[in-house]
Amino acid sequence: MLELEARAEPSRLMSWLSPLLAVVLTIAGGMLVFSALGKDPLEGFRIFFLNPVKDLYGLSELLLKATPLMLCAIGLAIGFRANVWNIGAEGQFMLGAVAATGVALYFDGSESALLLPAMIVAGALGGAAWAAIPALLRTRFNANEILVSLMLVYVAQLFVSWLVFGPWKDPDGFNFPQTQMFGDAALMPVLLEGTRLHLGFALALAVLVAGYAFMNRSFAGFRMRVAGEAPDAARYAGFSATRMIWIGLLLGGAAAGLAGMGEVAGPMGQLTDKVGSGYGFAAIIVAFVGRLNAFGILLASLLMALLYIGGEQAQQYLNLPSSISMVFQGMLLFFLLGSDVFINYRLRLRRRAVQGH
Amino acid sequence: MDASLFTSMLFATVVAGTPLIIVALGLLVSEKAGVLNLGAEGMMAMGAVAAFAVTHHSGSPWLGVLAGMGAGMAMALIFGMLTLTLMANQVASGLALAIFGVGLAAFVGKPYEAVALQAVPPIRIPFIADLPLIGEALYNQQALVYFSWALFWGLLWFLYRSRAGLVLRAVGESPASAHAIGYPVIRIRYLAVLFGGAMAGIGGAFLSVFYTPMWAEGMVAGRGWIALALVVFATWRPLRVMIGAYLFGGVMITQLFIQGSGLQIDFPSQLLSSLPYWATIVVLVAISRNANTIRLNSPVSLGKPYRPDA
Repeated sequence: MLELEARAEPSRLMSWLSPLLAVVLTIAGGMLVFSALGKDPLEGFRIFFLNPVKDLYGLSELLLKATPLMLCAIGLAIGFRANVWNIGAEGQFMLGAVAATGVALYFDGSESALLLPAMIVAGALGGAAWAAIPALLRTRFNANEILVSLMLVYVAQLFVSWLVFGPWKDPDGFNFPQTQMFGDAALMPVLLEGTRLHLGFALALAVLVAGYAFMNRSFAGFRMRVAGEAPDAARYAGFSATRMIWIGLLLGGAAAGLAGMGEVAGPMGQLTDKVGSGYGFAAIIVAFVGRLNAFGILLASLLMALLYIGGEQAQQYLNLPSSISMVFQGMLLFFLLGSDVFINYRLRLRRRAVQGH
Repeated sequence: MDASLFTSMLFATVVAGTPLIIVALGLLVSEKAGVLNLGAEGMMAMGAVAAFAVTHHSGSPWLGVLAGMGAGMAMALIFGMLTLTLMANQVASGLALAIFGVGLAAFVGKPYEAVALQAVPPIRIPFIADLPLIGEALYNQQALVYFSWALFWGLLWFLYRSRAGLVLRAVGESPASAHAIGYPVIRIRYLAVLFGGAMAGIGGAFLSVFYTPMWAEGMVAGRGWIALALVVFATWRPLRVMIGAYLFGGVMITQLFIQGSGLQIDFPSQLLSSLPYWATIVVLVAISRNANTIRLNSPVSLGKPYRPDA
């Protein structure tokens, strides 16, 4: 009979292999799903995983989708490392989009080169402000940040709806729930002619590097890692738990807000009630699959972006609902969590011992 | 307020509170055994869509409820295998279950989005339903409302009067001691998690088959998370779960009645709709302020994996 046996120390090899194993299992599971739905699994694989990246435009779309994911995920990872469970990135993303839109609408018609930087700052501040609520309630009143940050996602969604159905609705928009389109000065410049890939991608890469530097090269980042991996040691060393909660949530919120800004000032060009497309939740998966480190998050965000676009392709060519990408994304995280057991344990074949406690 | 308005508001409050009671009591049992399953939202969504589909095809809401229960349990089983057998992190696994369940429900439910079910008639309890003011509101209700009350009384007895309940609580307080005495900790936790999944599935079924007889993506609308918050708010006590659920039901209904009342209140409906979520936050803050209440009442091993040294 197979048994799990504890390893003397966690396997470094497995902690890298585990995400790969999870990816392979997800692809295998995905092909099973395709055949269960009566589709040719190889055709499904081709459309879902290969079609999206077959040309330069496809690749640029992949990077475009990966941009908000890596931004949200690197911010979340900083908190997760210290056991600060911000799962409201989706709401912080929306508030970042709202703040940036506010700036764009207020300075409507402005040609100033400062408009875009102002929107970037506003986006980050908007996200951070929304994340400050769970931080304050957690540090002052001990309220669980998981539940508070999550409730605020629903509040944010309703707030965005109110704005685009009410005060911010485009008067010439045929009553659609959306703001007017931003002027050129309020839009992210495109990086690659003929594609939609915009400056936000470069910004996201910069934030990834900054996140790496913070987590691996700064004392504050070190303290947060200790707090997550050895809470008793952190307490003994006198590291302030309150400060870590604030840092984790504010940085996570700022990064998510930046991502939201990048969406309204990038591919959307306006604020609509569909601004939150689940990136904030998908980023949780990205953060875990990326092992909470910057380089892993880069790879994981590309993979998750592929799953998003693959879902759209499956809708177009296989006539499947695009929500199939959420199914695959969930499967990926399940397989990862399952494979992770082999970091601390190994399988051992063992004859069943005679029962008798 | 006139009498008929009071009666209809009470009626609606009870209906709105019912799924929260069922789901939160199920989660309470899981948590009493020391397992924190944050995937309630996903289990409810799957329960809702499974119940809807089966009711639609079979014409029987009761088969639908059974299917919802089964779907919730299947989801809970995935969670159990990850956290209890493979000892994965409970918070991460619960989040995964929430994301996966909501996604899978949206995927499976796509063909049912334009379908409506026939409303299930309420069950009238003779005589007491004739009581003035409250009779119509409390005793001419959906069967699952009565089920939620039975569940409450049953759980009170189970947790505090039965030996099995004592064992369950022991497993949550100190799995090592329970194991040492010879109780199968992992098996008991599996059962508790499955019970939580079954109740979440029934809660979801209530939403899609009885409450609003239709399926729409995102229709669970955070109720799974609110139920999780309710358990904390209730400091892991069934009676307070019940009170809390009706309070939330009341908040949800009040804002709906204000929106529908034609009262010329100059307040945007979207902002009114966010009231229940704010209420959840306020209540969490109020109850968590005193760190001791939480520490003293929460099951000691909540969220911590346990592996018996065979």
